Formats: sequence, structure tokens, C-alpha cells
Amino acid sequence: MTDARTAILGRLRAAGGSGPLPDLDTAVLERRQWPAAERVERLRKGMEAVHTEFLEATPATWPVVVRAFCDREGLKNLLFGPTCEAGADLAKGWAPGGTQLMPYDRPVEAFKDELFTGVDAGFTSTVGGIAETGGLLLMPGSAEPRLMSLVPPIHIALLRASTIQDTFWSAVKALGWGRSLPPNALLISGPSKTADIEQTLAYGVHGPKRLIVVLVQDLA
Amino acid sequence: MHAEKEILFRDSASKALLDPQLRANFRRAMDGLITKRRNQFPDPRDLQDLRDLSTAIRSRSLLSLPELLEQFEANCTKNGIQVHWAETCEQANELILGIMQAKGAKTLVKGKSMVSEEMHLNAFLESKGIEALESDLGEYIIQLDGETPSHIIMPAIHKNKDQIARQFSQKIKDAKYTEDVDELTAMARKVLREKFLHADAGLSGVNFAVAETGTLCLVENEGNGRMSTHVPPLHIAVMGLEKVVARLEDVAPLYAILTRSATGQAVSTYFNLISGPRGTDEKDGPREVHLVILDNGRSRMYADPQLRATLRCIRCGACMNHCPVYTRIGGHAYEAIYPGPIGKILTPQMEGVGVRHDLIHGSSLCGACSEVCPVEIPIPEILVRLRREATHEDVGSNVLGRGTGRTAAEDWAWRIWAGVLKRPALYRVASWFATRFGKALPAGAPLIKNWTRTRTKPVPARRSLSERMRAEGGSHD
Repeated sequence: MTDARTAILGRLRAAGGSGPLPDLDTAVLERRQWPAAERVERLRKGMEAVHTEFLEATPATWPVVVRAFCDREGLKNLLFGPTCEAGADLAKGWAPGGTQLMPYDRPVEAFKDELFTGVDAGFTSTVGGIAETGGLLLMPGSAEPRLMSLVPPIHIALLRASTIQDTFWSAVKALGWGRSLPPNALLISGPSKTADIEQTLAYGVHGPKRLIVVLVQDLA
Repeated sequence: MHAEKEILFRDSASKALLDPQLRANFRRAMDGLITKRRNQFPDPRDLQDLRDLSTAIRSRSLLSLPELLEQFEANCTKNGIQVHWAETCEQANELILGIMQAKGAKTLVKGKSMVSEEMHLNAFLESKGIEALESDLGEYIIQLDGETPSHIIMPAIHKNKDQIARQFSQKIKDAKYTEDVDELTAMARKVLREKFLHADAGLSGVNFAVAETGTLCLVENEGNGRMSTHVPPLHIAVMGLEKVVARLEDVAPLYAILTRSATGQAVSTYFNLISGPRGTDEKDGPREVHLVILDNGRSRMYADPQLRATLRCIRCGACMNHCPVYTRIGGHAYEAIYPGPIGKILTPQMEGVGVRHDLIHGSSLCGACSEVCPVEIPIPEILVRLRREATHEDVGSNVLGRGTGRTAAEDWAWRIWAGVLKRPALYRVASWFATRFGKALPAGAPLIKNWTRTRTKPVPARRSLSERMRAEGGSHD
């Protein structure tokens, strides 16, 4: 549709801009800043308000915390990315028996049915969090495919307290997302939800029914 | 899409007012949304600063719209997104059909998209033998009943859970009757998961399009947007050409004010940033991503400095939630894709002010809509402008259907009025008669009966102002 493109852009250009560009006063975003410890509390409060569950851990203990949760919930398997750093660390100490670690190491077409019906939980890392509203920043890719945090009924996410940003605005700047982005990135604040039936909240309508954040306390 | 037929808003609004169930459903829902939004903005200064910033971002984007669209297209192409342009809804539909046919795709799962509603895409694809299934729960509910959305954010808000329970038990295979919301949601999950798994293609709208990165932003709570855009091998996105912003950091305040204004949420469950198809080393995601950029009258709105403000809209629906008219009659009474205050200025500009002449008068101009609009669109002022356009062919205006709403009776009434005002002697005689005998005019008289149907008949003063001033020794100086 080259003709449509030319015609549309031609009309827009003919209309032209009118007046000077308005100034952008970002003070309302800049004044949203908190000390590191308060960022953690704000994030937690915001996410717990939308049914996210938290597990406390340290840099040394988090794999054990994840394992204990899986065993306690009686999960038969946990989908993970074996080539990402967190996935490799998780697999290192995973003893046989109980919940099975299931590597996401092939194209989804090879196990789509199984992914939809036979996986209990997915484990992902995060690249940060948002204190202001509560939320996790994920950058799925080859090491951690997109559907790990979406299709299984439970999503377990690893969040390091030191990576929590004040706002989504400051996170975009800190992570350099304006310069380049992978094919997919996202912000997640809780389990899948809807209020389409009489404004009544219901969780797990399409995506995970539970979101578990393993919060690694790594602040100095 | 209402090409020739005149749609009378007053008739459908009157009908809606007589439906107590509908009124109760809307009253409850809108009251809740107003409270939730208010709670999200406890500091008036913060709210105004955020509105000012959001308005400035949208205005800046529109001032550079052609350049930003070109930059956005170039970056999308660099990222592997195939960009298509459509002047009309018909062109956009044909483009999507062509993309699907080229891949042999027969089934489509859809995330929520008002532009696809504008295009009547589902009906078009179904006429070509392609199944188009809505996956947003609200959209799925109304699709089961063959209805259209009654709100741009909450499409099934006009239904209560008893109605949905009955509908599910009749229309979903093996479904039992239950009014439990969790069970109803689980039923939809089961049906739709099966569809996501096997769909050939997925479709989504676009909340914000980022020029500097070539990114499509998608705001949602349910995850059906992610399912539709990540699970099928083909993703098609549709957007109005006004959605583009310059930088990713511009999106942050717009997103913050969108979710708070729309549903009173500080943040949505998912905010997706889609910048391309599956990379060569990725294990999932669509193999192809296509984007259709639609005009459908938007470049015409853009050309007019006053009407251009319409394109600032970020589709939050706050104007509907706060509108005293919408709250009482619901969205279907507008018989338009976009209902409520924003629909009253958007629909006539897309379809023509003559066709929707009645719609632009269905407002009290109370200003509640512009007071809550996060990007400060002067809806009442634009409505007044469109009312004038409907009856005048002003030189320089390019409003579709301008002048076609003029009626002979109204025309004559204004001519007589002007004739009387231009002749002082005639004006004095007319006002003498009006003050002495106006009271005797029956409420059902032709020119005033529409007014007196719901209001007390106005009674002229016993003496005109000029007469009183003369009697009291005043002067016009």
C-alpha cells in the first residue's frame, strides 16, 4: 500500500505543525524518589495488593527457597532456562526427587501441548522492579523464552532488591531501553486478572493464577 | 460505517432510560470507577502536573506526527516488523485478509482492539471463512451474544453476572449454570486456552507506538494480549496513526495516567513492549509480526488546528465514566463504535456531522468529561464547533458532511430571528407581543415542545429590559 502511505503522509505534512513545541516538565516524575530500603517496601506493598506472593531469600539461599516452595506446593515440574545465569544456578544444587526441573531448551512447537497442559510452574529472572507502583521488569529472550512467565499456572520470579528502580520512567532510563530493546520486554505486577464480570476481581483468567516473587535481599 | 442512514440518538437514549436493569448495571459500575480513580489521585498538584506533562507529550507527538511516523516505520522495519498503511477500514481489512491468506491462516485470536471494532474486522473475516475469536473476557462475553462493546475499556459492563451465567450455560459446551465469578472465569479460560494453543494468527491493538525504538506497547490485565501476540506463529497489530510518541520515556507518564484514569489501577498486570518477531535464536514468539497503520479520517482531523486535539486521546474511557448522560443510558444507545463524550466528537468526525447530527446534540455541555480527561481534550468546545459545522459550510473547514445537518425549519427560524433583530421597530413590536402574550403560548407549541417535554415552559418577563430601563429613567449609555 505505498499509495496509501504516500497519500496519508502527504496530507499530514500539508497540514503542518502549528505553534512551538510545548515544554516537557518532568518534575512530577523526578520527585518520586525513595531510599533503597523504602523502594523494596513500596514494591512489595504494591504487588501484594494485587495478590502477588513473596518469599524472602539471600544471594546464597534463594535456590533452596525456590526448591522448598516447589516441594511444599507439590509441584511435579518447574520450567526453567538452563542457559541463563539464574537458571544455571538453580540447576546446580537441585537434588533429584520431588519437583522435576524441566529445561526450556527447544522451540515451543516441539512441546506446545505439553507446555499448555503438563507444566506446573515457570521460573524466570528479572532485570529490575518498580517501587512506585509495584512490578517486575522482564526481558525474555533465547535464554528465557517468552512463554515461561505466561503459560504455566504459577510463575516464580527472582528479584534482587538492588535492581529495584523508583519509577517505570527512571527504569527506562537506567536500563537504556530507549536506545535499544529486544523483541520482547515487559512489566508484570501480579497474576493474570480480570474484572469483566460485574466488576468482580478474578485471578488467573488467561495467564498464571499465582505470581511468586523470590526477593533476594542483597542491599549493602 | 453508518453510510447513509440517519441514526437518532434521542430515540435510542429514550429507550435505554426505560431499562431499569441497564441503568442499575451502569450506575453501580460507574460509581465504583469514579471512586477508584479519585483514590489514585490523592494529591491535586500531582494530578495536574501529570495531566500537563501528558498533554504536552501528546501535543508534541502530534506536532511532529509525519516525521515520527516515518521514524517509527523505519525502526519497525529494522526490527523485522512489516508495516502496512491503510486509508480506509476496507483497505485495512483487505490487508489483514491478504496477510492471513499468504500464510494459509484460518483462525485468529484477538486481543482487545478498538481500531478492529472500527473496521468491523470480525464480520469481514468471517465473511471470508476465517474464524475471529475475541479473547478478552469482556469481548468474548459480548461476542457470544453477537453484541458490540458498550464501553471502550470494559466491553461487557452492561451485563450482570446472572445474565452472563445464563449465557455461558447456554452457549459454552458442557458448561453448568453458576453465578460464581471464579467458576465463570475458569470456564472461559478453558475454552480460550484451547483456542490460543491452536490459532494460526493473533491480533492486537497498540496503546502507544514508540518512534525511537520501533516498539508496540500493549496495556492489559488478563494476559490474553500476551497469549494472542506470543503463542500463534503470526501476529498482526492494528493502530490508528495518532498513537505514535517520540521516545520510550514519554510512554511512562502516559501509561501511569492511563491505568489510573481508566480503571483506578496504579498499574496494569502486564505492560508489553513488542519490538519484533522471534529472533533467530529464540524458542518462542511469532515468526512474523505485521502492523497496519490506519487513517480512517484521522488525517482530516489532524488538518484542523482545533479538531486535532481529538487525536490526543489515549482511550482511557474516563470521560464516559464521569458523563451524566453515558452513566444513565450506557454505551449501546450511542449506536457508535466509540460511545460517550469522546465518541460524540470522534464518531461525527469519522462518519460525518450530518449523519450523526443528533449525536452531537446529546450533551448538556456540563464539562465533566474535559475536567477528568488526562490529556485535557476540550470536548465541550469541540462539540460546539461540530454543532456549528453541522449547519454551516464554513470556508476553510474540511469537516466531513459539514452543512448537511441544516433543516429548513431551523433555517427559517434563524432567518426570522435575524430579520427581527436587524429592524428595531419590528423588534420592539415583537418583544411587546412576547412579554404580553408569551405566557399564553401552549407548552405543546411546535417550536418549544421538545424543550417543554422534560422541562418547565419558560415564561417571558412582563416587561422587556428596554421598557424597564425607559420607565426607570435609565439610558443605553
